[in-house]
Amino acid sequence: MLNQYETVFIATPVLSENQMKEAVQKFKKVITENHGEIVHEENWGLKKLAYAIQKKSTGFYYLIEFKGEGNLVEKLEVQYRRDERIIRFLTFRMEKFAIEYAEKKRKQKESGKIKEE
Amino acid sequence: MAQNESEIRYLTPPTVEVKKKKYCRFKKNRIKYIDYKDPEFLKKFLNDQGKILPRRITGTSLKYQRKVAKAVKRARHIAILPYVTDLLK
Repeated sequence: MLNQYETVFIATPVLSENQMKEAVQKFKKVITENHGEIVHEENWGLKKLAYAIQKKSTGFYYLIEFKGEGNLVEKLEVQYRRDERIIRFLTFRMEKFAIEYAEKKRKQKESGKIKEE
Repeated sequence: MAQNESEIRYLTPPTVEVKKKKYCRFKKNRIKYIDYKDPEFLKKFLNDQGKILPRRITGTSLKYQRKVAKAVKRARHIAILPYVTDLLK
């Protein structure tokens, strides 16, 4: 069974909307080209950072959930490091409760936020 | 004699403290996964400097304290929570 991973990255706020889309496309391509399967993605948009990173106080957040081999994470992170647009990233394996939680949250969103946790 | 013993009088009535029993909110509410993306929830486990509170104060069980710590650390890395601050709340 392939592991499911969750990755979040923060891109610099100086990017235009198209540049941001391009960056997202690039990383999605990295995942799919390395036999990964994208389960879910979420754009959090421009958010304020809790502390300054590279002297920037805001950033574009983007989250991707994907299934794939372990070595894919390494390849993805290499791409993150090489890319100047990315100021911070986080990737980790989702345990079964995390997957359950994410699925539940998505369902709630679909049904129009009936209950909020 | 036995009666006299029970009639001890105090000048000020002794305050009987009823300690509220602490409990683990994750066990009680059957929360299995702690989301690092929710800063408002995680702030319940931080003091106003942004430090993680010990179990003896929050009452969290060991199993979930580890998960809280992990979630807080992830949130700090991705700049959802600050590493150091004053007056978080």
